[in-house]
Amino acid sequence: MPAGPLIEAAGLSAGYDSAPAISAVGFSLSAGQTLALLGPNGGGKTTLLRAVLGELRLIEGTLRVRARCGTVPQTERSRLDYPVSALDVATMGTLSRLSWWRRPGRAERRAAAQALDRVGLGPFAEETFGRLSGGQRQRVLIARALVQDAGVLLLDEPFSGLDRPSAEGLEALIGELAGEGRGVVIATHDLEQARACDLVLCINKRQIACGEPEAVLADVEVLEATYGGAIVEIPGVEGRAILPPHHHHH
Amino acid sequence: MLEPLQEPFMQRALAEVVLVGVAGGALGCWVVFYGLSYAAESLAHSLFPGLVAAAIAGVPLLLGATPAIVVAALAIALAARIAGVSREAAVAVVVTTMFGLGVLLALSPQSPPGVEALLFGDVFGVTDADLLTATGLVVVVLVGLRLLHGRLLVAGFDRGTARSLGVSPAFADAALLVLLAAGIVVAVQGLGNLLVVAVFVGPAATARQLSDRMLPMMVLSATIAALAGVAGLYLSYYAGTAGGASVALTIVAVYLLSLPAGHLRATRRRMLPAAKVTIA
Repeated sequence: MPAGPLIEAAGLSAGYDSAPAISAVGFSLSAGQTLALLGPNGGGKTTLLRAVLGELRLIEGTLRVRARCGTVPQTERSRLDYPVSALDVATMGTLSRLSWWRRPGRAERRAAAQALDRVGLGPFAEETFGRLSGGQRQRVLIARALVQDAGVLLLDEPFSGLDRPSAEGLEALIGELAGEGRGVVIATHDLEQARACDLVLCINKRQIACGEPEAVLADVEVLEATYGGAIVEIPGVEGRAILPPHHHHH
Repeated sequence: MLEPLQEPFMQRALAEVVLVGVAGGALGCWVVFYGLSYAAESLAHSLFPGLVAAAIAGVPLLLGATPAIVVAALAIALAARIAGVSREAAVAVVVTTMFGLGVLLALSPQSPPGVEALLFGDVFGVTDADLLTATGLVVVVLVGLRLLHGRLLVAGFDRGTARSLGVSPAFADAALLVLLAAGIVVAVQGLGNLLVVAVFVGPAATARQLSDRMLPMMVLSATIAALAGVAGLYLSYYAGTAGGASVALTIVAVYLLSLPAGHLRATRRRMLPAAKVTIA
């Protein structure tokens, strides 16, 4: 376990060319913590995840990442027609540890099978990835990150398109993985999911706020600055719900 | 059945189509999943001036094909950098230019007779030296596919996260194109410039109907391509039809025959109960 926070950012600006896509971002994520990254589409959530992965040039500020990061993309970005099993996908997580000429062998496939067991998908290891449900696919991609031995999990909209039971099951799994000492960053639109995290970081091109959910999510000004005022109250629902602009559930 | 095997030219032709089938069938699965069918056809057409130049100079076709494919690849890369020119447009411009150059050379007075064999293939004219070269290139292709399998699988599955898994999508693309170029150089001798794409797309599309995993699909595709090649040669021998065209048409016929089987398989799978998540 590394000393100090797993991720530490201060005054961070990053982008795809000289113009920053996100700026003034500062937060700290320790082992066992979950952080919700809230913001509109195009607000810079994915940019921040890519910066943490080291895929983007930092324009300003500092970013220290003290653990291996495993990324869990939206399952819609994967090829659902691809001829791979759940086990094949989980095994992809072993490649970064192998020399370029080596193919994953029995040991790697065993590690992948164990990761699938860990996320509750052991019986589906041989199922074609594209035939699994959305929640199952998300679990396979989490298993792939676990195979990478990731100390930090970066999840991009993991609850998008999931029905309630699947989302609750996934939420419980994420809680368990954090409980084992991992840091978890969840890019999400969902205020209720964000409320369940230890920290919330609101971002809309720049950081709007960061802190504990009780404080950050109670501040209407923060939410309005994050979502540009597109906040709706849903009658009968406890708390406030966000209707993010241009967001569609699949 | 055994009569054609008595003929040395037929023996060499059979060896050639099996080699072409194995390399083309295995590579073809990646061509189909990487959406490179158009690129495969374009690369094949770009070889034409090199093939004609080699025929004029009386040197092995490989010596003409290799520089032509390199020039085409560089020209495509350069043209695509021009503002307002899409990659597809760049490919079209370069391929047309290269093919036009080939036609100019082919129609020149220095051009030897039989240049149409370069367009439509001359599988019965394969020499022992051609077979040796083809064997070498097929080994390169198969070893390359074996080494790159995991990386190709990752980059094709989700380009966005490939880098975080230690795989460069650009490297995977480039490596696959190099292997494809080698495969085309092998196949163009037998199937010709215009028909070569059949062996890279047809068997893989057939195997896709029948398999859900990459490795079995590659083995199946290579087997289908080799068998269709042999069947095409027999057809050509007994019906007196052109060798390359007979092989290409047999590959297409096998694909058409596989469609009902693929449809039946998809229907049966839809009728199976949907997988349910079991959360421990």
